[in-house]
Amino acid sequence: MSEGAPEVKVSRSTSELHSLLSERFSGAVRPAEHEGLVVAADRLVDVANYLRDDHGYSYLACVTGVDYPEPASGHPARFEVVYHACRSEGEPIVLRVHADRADPVVPSLVPVWPAAGFQEREVWDLVGVRFDGHPDLRRILLWEGFDGHPLRKDWHEAYYEADQKPFPSRYPEGKPAAAEEGTPWKRNLRLPPGWSVKGWQPEDEAVYGTLDEEEGGNGRVAGTDRVVINMGPQHPSTHGVLRLVALLDGETIKELRPVLGYLHRCHEKIGERNTWLGNMPYTDRLDYITSMANNFGYALAVEKLLDIDVPERAHYIRVIMAELTRVINHMVSIGFVCNDLGNYFTGMLYALQERELILDLFEMTAGSRMMCNYYRFGGVARDVPEGFVPMAKELVNERLPRRIDELETFAVGNDIFRARTMGVGVLPADVAVAYGCTGPLLRASGVPYDVRRADPYSIYDTFDWDVVVRYEGDVMDRVMVRFGELRQSLRILKQALERLPAGPIDSGKKRHNVKVPEGEAYGRIEHPKGELGFFLVSDGGRNPYRYHVRAPSFVNLGVLGYLARGQKIADIVAILGSIDITLGEVDR
Amino acid sequence: MTYGLGLAKSFWVTLRRLAITYWEDIRFLGRRYRPENLPYRQSAKGRGVMTVQYPKERMTLPENYRQFPFLLEEPGADGIRCVACGICAQVCPPQCIWVERATDSQTGKPLRKPSAFYIDVSMCMSCGLCAEFCPSDAIKMDHDYEIAAYQRSFLWGLDRLVRPLDHHAQIHPKAHSAEQAERRRKAAQAKDG
Repeated sequence: MSEGAPEVKVSRSTSELHSLLSERFSGAVRPAEHEGLVVAADRLVDVANYLRDDHGYSYLACVTGVDYPEPASGHPARFEVVYHACRSEGEPIVLRVHADRADPVVPSLVPVWPAAGFQEREVWDLVGVRFDGHPDLRRILLWEGFDGHPLRKDWHEAYYEADQKPFPSRYPEGKPAAAEEGTPWKRNLRLPPGWSVKGWQPEDEAVYGTLDEEEGGNGRVAGTDRVVINMGPQHPSTHGVLRLVALLDGETIKELRPVLGYLHRCHEKIGERNTWLGNMPYTDRLDYITSMANNFGYALAVEKLLDIDVPERAHYIRVIMAELTRVINHMVSIGFVCNDLGNYFTGMLYALQERELILDLFEMTAGSRMMCNYYRFGGVARDVPEGFVPMAKELVNERLPRRIDELETFAVGNDIFRARTMGVGVLPADVAVAYGCTGPLLRASGVPYDVRRADPYSIYDTFDWDVVVRYEGDVMDRVMVRFGELRQSLRILKQALERLPAGPIDSGKKRHNVKVPEGEAYGRIEHPKGELGFFLVSDGGRNPYRYHVRAPSFVNLGVLGYLARGQKIADIVAILGSIDITLGEVDR
Repeated sequence: MTYGLGLAKSFWVTLRRLAITYWEDIRFLGRRYRPENLPYRQSAKGRGVMTVQYPKERMTLPENYRQFPFLLEEPGADGIRCVACGICAQVCPPQCIWVERATDSQTGKPLRKPSAFYIDVSMCMSCGLCAEFCPSDAIKMDHDYEIAAYQRSFLWGLDRLVRPLDHHAQIHPKAHSAEQAERRRKAAQAKDG
């Protein structure tokens, strides 16, 4: 906020804002049980507009739903939709809306924050809350014929065993059953009652129906044919099983819809069955390029609930691992952009080669190259072994700076690369913020927003580093932001490796069945791809009551439709590559 | 004007990489792919291609590497270390461990050993939590990564899971000696107290 801005009654703290809101919307706003405010559904859009326009909450971070099937503490049975909105610095503000469990309807916030588009669809899909006024409320992760909404507490999977792990059948009378015996053929999925494949309209129709056909008629405009093409789900350039349905006018894209969910594996439902600790290895599998960063986010969120401190050495090790992960992710991402532009695997393999050496460090420390499962609540799993620090120093001080320069000469210096990326897929700053974009995608559009700076966590405030920002917002700038961040990560790593203190790596005794006090927490980190948030609700037990992942790839993908409009079909691949998504995280 | 210069620089990177690879071969006089030079090729100092000619050559695994759990068997009459406390079965995130606690056939009281122990390795994600939280150092993570099989039965029982202590000492030398020292200290303490 600059000095010259007109002075409005801008609240400095969240509690001040709460009182301002209660004053202005008296009767419609009241403090929530845990954190934030409960807003009456009919005033939600007004409150959101007021927050956005008068208080700078221009960025909606996270939307999710929680099911409370039992009436409790003065509330009837209800769904609660939880919104986390942020401004340029500080904690998010939490808004909650209650919806009747029999007929849950909440006004859509897409007109206020387009970032709600994908996330409200996800809430509808998984929790079953309808959003009144949403322009395109369809299922997003599951298929159209899916029976029910799986994150409701009364929804049970076909191979349901118990609500919570550990399952009683495992001990002391462990009688094993092979996985496929528990889920025999034809009983391993649930279909709506009376559902038959005959006469069922496949989802394609629904998707095509949403494509904009303004001219209509014979489908011919200015001599070019209108064609709908499907790119993916099996396509080498969609970085996984992503499907893009594009309406083409000649070679220009009129409209594009990403179709998701081909890699959906009920991450959140599994997360609610798991114990708190048992979720840690599952987070590795969200964005499998950056498992250490995922661990970090989850550990932070649970530590907020547990209210425990992390020893100094563990903080340093965590930062070292997280920044090494950022180096991996950005190098691979740049390599993939090279690949997508037709530079077949040369740049990619240059990047992967450096990744292998960093993975060696992960393997010697955590025991696994990709599925690290390394962070624990209150510390890390084990200390770094002998030989880690010298090798990491060699990499950070000697090898990686040279290799990053080399990759930059190779990719960005190349005239063909420049011609293909400059001015392509331009994302203006206001659109980027409105769509909830975070990470390099946002910073390339001129918004210097980095969670490590805006809402510092761990010990990032003790290091000397800069937020990288560029202003064109095209594919080239996204690549350049990543190059800048690679160098900043190396800067942080140099300081961290130099100052790595001795001491314990864990706060006290390790517990396998940790109980988490009742409460709610939203832990967020600056994941290499953007803001990774974990929204957790605990009922005081050994398992999360609600476990939601605010995945940066998923939310960033929401802007693809905007970016694609008017672009050539060949450039979509470059734009998608520059957003940098991992389908494991998009589909969860 | 300068169009083409960047392209030339970009190609120069590729050409340099290619040249370095051949130069490395010459520098090592044909011995670059000998086993003694593998650590150099795989290190941060290594130049040129870093491909490992698997399965002719293998990388040395770090001690912390983990792939599937196994149960430790002490030499002599002690048998397996497992006391059937069930913590591994409880902590296992995908719930692929089944432990059946043995009971005394005379009194019907539970004994401190398992009568059956199963791990469904098709579900196991090798996260290592069972080994991390085992209070009696009875379950450890193996280094066996060549796990392709002809049959579909991945339910490993005691016959497949139990491996001798020597195996553990071999693949985890540092952890093993630390554990043995700790066990000796505890035993001495128990004797004194």
